[in-house]
Amino acid sequence: MVSSINMIHSLFIINSSGDVFMEKHWKSVVSRSVCDYFFDQQRKVGNPEDMPPVIATPHHYLISIHRCCMFFVAVCMTEVPPLFVSEFLHRVVDTFEDYFSECTESIIKEHYVVVYELLDEMLDNGFPLATESNILKELIKPPNILRTIANTVTGKSNVSATLPSGQLSNVPWRRTGVKYTNNEAYFDVVEEVDAIIDKAGSTVFAEIQGYIDCCIKLSGMPDLTLSFMNPRLFDDVSFHPCVRFKRWESERILSFIPPDGNFRLMSYHIGSQNIVAIPIYVRHNISFREAGGGRLDITVGPKQTIGRTVESVMIEIPMPKAVLNCSLVPNQGKYSFDPVSKVLIWDVGRIDTAKLPSLRGTINLQSGTTAVESNPAINVQFTISQLAVSGLKVNRLDMYGEKYKPFKGVKYITKAGRFQIRM
Amino acid sequence: MASNGSYSNERPSSGGDAPEYATDPASGSFFHSDYKKHEDLKQMLDSNKDSLKLEAMKRIIGMVAKGRDASDLFPAVVKNVVSKNIEVKKLVYVYLVRYAEEQQDLALLSISTFQRALKDPNQLIRASALRVLSSIRVPMIVPIVMLAIKDSASDMSPYVRKTAAHAIPKLYSLDQEQKEELIHVIEKLLSDKTTLVVGSAVMAFEEVCPERIDLIHKNYRKLCNLLVDVDEWGQVIIINMLTRYARTQFTDPNADDAGEESQNKPFYDDDGDDDEEDDGEEQKKEEKTKKTYTLDPDHRLLLRNTKPLLQSRNASVVMGVAQLYHHLAPRSEVMVVAKALIRLLRSHREVQSVVLNCIASISTLRKGMFEPFLKSFFVRTSDPTHIKLLKLEILTNLATETSISVILREFQTYISSHDKEFVAAAIQAIGRCASNIKEVTDSCLSGLVSLLSNRDEAVVAESVVVIKKLLQTQPSEHKDIIIHMAKLVDFIAVPQARASILWLLGEYSDRVPKIAPDVLRKMSKTFINEEDIVKLQILNLAVKLYLTNPKQTKLLCQYVFSLARYDQNYDIRDRARFLRQFIFPSAGLENSKLAKHAKKIFLATKPAPVLESKFKDSEEESSEEGTSEEDDSSEVEESSREESESGSLESDIQELGERKGKMVDTKPKNNEVKKSGKADSNETSEESDSDEAEDDSSEEEETDSSESSSNDKRRPPVKKLHARTANDDNPTPEPKPKSNLDLLLELDDVPPAITPVLTPSLGGFLTPLSASVMPVTSASVQPASPSFIPLKTTELLNKISGRGLHVLSRFTRSPHLFSPAMVSVELTFTNLGTEELKDIRVSQKTLPAGMSMHDFATISVLPVNATLPGTIGVDFNDSTQPVSFTLAVGEVQHNQVTIKAPVGELIRAVTMPEPLFISEQSKLRGMNEHSAVVNLLPSCNDQKTVCQRVFEVSNVAAIPSVDSKCLRFAGQTLSSKSLVLVTIKILENDQANISVNCEKMVVGSMLLNEIKSHLRD
Repeated sequence: MVSSINMIHSLFIINSSGDVFMEKHWKSVVSRSVCDYFFDQQRKVGNPEDMPPVIATPHHYLISIHRCCMFFVAVCMTEVPPLFVSEFLHRVVDTFEDYFSECTESIIKEHYVVVYELLDEMLDNGFPLATESNILKELIKPPNILRTIANTVTGKSNVSATLPSGQLSNVPWRRTGVKYTNNEAYFDVVEEVDAIIDKAGSTVFAEIQGYIDCCIKLSGMPDLTLSFMNPRLFDDVSFHPCVRFKRWESERILSFIPPDGNFRLMSYHIGSQNIVAIPIYVRHNISFREAGGGRLDITVGPKQTIGRTVESVMIEIPMPKAVLNCSLVPNQGKYSFDPVSKVLIWDVGRIDTAKLPSLRGTINLQSGTTAVESNPAINVQFTISQLAVSGLKVNRLDMYGEKYKPFKGVKYITKAGRFQIRM
Repeated sequence: MASNGSYSNERPSSGGDAPEYATDPASGSFFHSDYKKHEDLKQMLDSNKDSLKLEAMKRIIGMVAKGRDASDLFPAVVKNVVSKNIEVKKLVYVYLVRYAEEQQDLALLSISTFQRALKDPNQLIRASALRVLSSIRVPMIVPIVMLAIKDSASDMSPYVRKTAAHAIPKLYSLDQEQKEELIHVIEKLLSDKTTLVVGSAVMAFEEVCPERIDLIHKNYRKLCNLLVDVDEWGQVIIINMLTRYARTQFTDPNADDAGEESQNKPFYDDDGDDDEEDDGEEQKKEEKTKKTYTLDPDHRLLLRNTKPLLQSRNASVVMGVAQLYHHLAPRSEVMVVAKALIRLLRSHREVQSVVLNCIASISTLRKGMFEPFLKSFFVRTSDPTHIKLLKLEILTNLATETSISVILREFQTYISSHDKEFVAAAIQAIGRCASNIKEVTDSCLSGLVSLLSNRDEAVVAESVVVIKKLLQTQPSEHKDIIIHMAKLVDFIAVPQARASILWLLGEYSDRVPKIAPDVLRKMSKTFINEEDIVKLQILNLAVKLYLTNPKQTKLLCQYVFSLARYDQNYDIRDRARFLRQFIFPSAGLENSKLAKHAKKIFLATKPAPVLESKFKDSEEESSEEGTSEEDDSSEVEESSREESESGSLESDIQELGERKGKMVDTKPKNNEVKKSGKADSNETSEESDSDEAEDDSSEEEETDSSESSSNDKRRPPVKKLHARTANDDNPTPEPKPKSNLDLLLELDDVPPAITPVLTPSLGGFLTPLSASVMPVTSASVQPASPSFIPLKTTELLNKISGRGLHVLSRFTRSPHLFSPAMVSVELTFTNLGTEELKDIRVSQKTLPAGMSMHDFATISVLPVNATLPGTIGVDFNDSTQPVSFTLAVGEVQHNQVTIKAPVGELIRAVTMPEPLFISEQSKLRGMNEHSAVVNLLPSCNDQKTVCQRVFEVSNVAAIPSVDSKCLRFAGQTLSSKSLVLVTIKILENDQANISVNCEKMVVGSMLLNEIKSHLRD
């Protein structure tokens, strides 16, 4: 028999200690010994981050993703578009997170029946079937304590007998018959600043990755339009399937019938063509060359924040291997140094402009090692609330198709994305 | 329990009346492995309580999920297929699908239930019955499934029809005999107009009968039009199918570009565009010349309808469209996918890795496409190693004369990374840039040489290997570098590097006639302790030296060969036996041909290795997005392909340098260093086995090194090594004034406080600002990268007047390496003649006063039908007057060409904060302001289009503005650095007010006219 050229043949879920703790086959069973190729590769690369997404074995292709400290390994018989599979696997994990609020090994084990039912609905014969959260939730109710108790008492199940109405309509992402007493629509505009700052403090590269996450609890079939004060800012956008692309093209307005609940309406990218304001600076001085160890001196300060405070600042420095320990004094927050992973973490907290946070002291180096050649890089985390660093502003939200008056809210947050300072 | 069995199991769940079961203590632990419990489970399944059955099924599914064998429960489970409880039923289905293949006879028991369910009024039940029925892999039921599929394919409910489409490949994999009948069903489903169904129908088509392209013809337009509304996964399948379809059915829009102009038939000026897609494709292809070619409307339809999908949140959809555009879009339109691919880089690591792979292969073909996004490929230390390597690969692919300065500065920072594999790759990348871009070869080479003094042995070893390659590509004299490398043999333990040095000495022994024999002497002493790869090179060196200098080396050579004869490795014994025939032919064979021609064989000039992307050849497969692109073995193949076939015995010698070296981190052999260190300094007497020649050689070496250390300031390592080996004089190196290019690659140890500051003349987009100026950065004018890179080329020289030489020019809008005041013009030379063209260069320039020009690197040979790029820089001195110069080809001198820059190209994009813009603008009123009101065309009345048009006309950058009706752009003239400020106010009734403020009045008014005319049409 010729092997069928279907997409995903089997799925193995592997925990951090290398146990295959769950397997699911959509066609004839593939022995879990196929994972040995995966483990071989894993041994070769060491770091899970370095796992190649696709491994070719003599008879199969293993396409894996690493999330929540677990590997999800899909087995395919023939060449498939690798992104198709990894994107799907990520969608699976997203669904688990949506259902169980987090996705860990113990949670998957605890809810193995729901997991199995979900996997069964999401793929048919290795081809994605239903991946929209709204549809899945109609087919299989997410577990919660109340319902579990009720089910044991009444003998009812959490599997629905009716076809999700959305499947058939033109809005497959929304379930029908939604009713709320309080109708609300919340939009979070989150912007992440990605940057590389060089030694001297000038920006090598900076861009903004933004997204609009919604929590929409509106009855019936609301048709929403969201407009921006300055839509010109967007360099590149991607949308949830509910957004009508034609209207965006012609009017720069987001027009959509939202799914029920939480979802990401759009992601956008503001690239290096525009100037990105860098809201924080780090003055640093590190040396490993002095006798009796090195010195470290770091000061953090805000800049270009339009008067907002920078909060939850966290500085992370992966130190060279030769560093044994650090004895540092922060004037604010706490620091920790993990002698195994050699990572220095300084939890700064909020930045008070009157007294800039600083951390200074000495670094103890392994004796006998020649001076460290390379300086580490600093990874920075921060949050600024009520600010979209690009200057993006939502103009208005209108609702059509329903009579009631919803409660609307927009929140802006700026965060550090992949923000790195070279020392 | 047995007593309960008398109840009908039809009874719906009432629950609650069997508390002893509901609180089954075992229910919490489903993962226990006690097989005796199966008895238990069977009893629970036989009971009439749904809650018990459910519990039992859950535990069984737990076993299945863990991968345990639960097949012995099959009879007990299969009975419950009739259960009324939907959840029990579902779990039974899951079990059935898993085990039916193993228990075919028993599985047949369940079939009638499904047949009944297929007639159920509820569409969900019909669909799920079909789903399970088709998933049961029992050959006996093929006819039943076939019937079910046929029925369901014409079901009222699209959901059931979708399920029918899904069932088709399942049946096909079970029994291929059914193909013909299934194709009929597929044909029917393909004509379905519901978005729910078409995705699955195409999936079935792709799996069962991808060769039946005729089924697509009548559905093609419908598929294109429905595409946007199909679910994401269906979109991927349809896009992939349509890509295949269009590649076979439409003309390749870029077919004419690929240097086939010579085939054009200028007499046929046929522009008849028949809309029939099926007929006359072949003819069309031949008839159409480049200029008359227009896309088939159906081809255009596909491109138009897939473009919005670039905005999909699903990475595989975006990649699918990118692939489609890559293969099917006219060259000028492919650009649009770059942005979307760059966006995907922010996605999950796995996605990032696949996308980078694709970009790496696309970038070998289309450099310009990703050039504006160069910075997105800059490496962060937090990236995983394989991502870093991919980014490095891409940066190297994208490097051009104009971007090289920025890229090299990045590479320089990478060399101090912790990640050794990455550092090695960065060094190789520098080597590749050096060999590809002639302007920087020398500075790269000196940078690499300075790396030889790095403290990290791995860095040194990699540099040696790369330098070896570069020296090979550069036939010019590099005696000092070779001498320097010869000295390194004493300190480097990494076998690849040692071998490279030995090969280099052997190859260029004529340049260092005194040193090479001495190195051989040293190596012969350590021969037995060397790695195999090094031993082979010692043999090689011995042979070559013997051939050139038998007087000094005969004895050494004999010694080495006798050592090799008894080596443990058979390769080495073999090689020694083999080589021996050339130099010490056995008795009677002294006059054999081999010995006579030994010199020719060994000392032939070898072609230099070509340093190119490993993605270059694989672009076809990998841009297909095939899974195999991750295959490790391909890399090995690629690297071995790089090796030039030298035709002589040296192929493995080349090879060793080319291997993507695994860095073996061996400690330097200390005693060896000491020993040979002594030999290196000033004693020669105690060498017992030395010839008389040795005195000369070490003396020579000494004078050589002291000479070079005093003369050549590029080589601090020499001094360092001396300092370590013998307490020689330590002259402090005096920095000599550095040129622009030298500064690009200052790879020497830089004290951390000093940043490599780019000289102002480079003033490109990356000029680092010193820390003290930081706070004001926001309030200053900063150079920005261009928002639009024109792809339009202008014919500079046609092939008739150029006698076969065809030259196109294009403004790249990137700063020229030589001076920031220069406009970079990319020239593309194509030889359309019948003979190869030699020595293409600029011979005479007629420049108006104040202008200057930097020539392109002379092209030594341009073979027939080949295309080569070159870049010139012209300082137009802010005027639009043309420059003309003569292109000389060999002896022919009279190809006069003229370049005239549009005013928009004399400007460089800069950005500044809006307040500064307004204040600067207010300084440039009156004579310096030019403004006009234009009527906008309906096609370009939105801001995005207006911006786009402005970017097309001139190299300015948009300034973010608070006023949404007002667009602001800023630029700077290249020569005088005067600000050019453009403001466009969009008025009511499709009018716009344009004003240009610039100190240079001519520039201002000309730019205004250009923008005006460009917005009007």
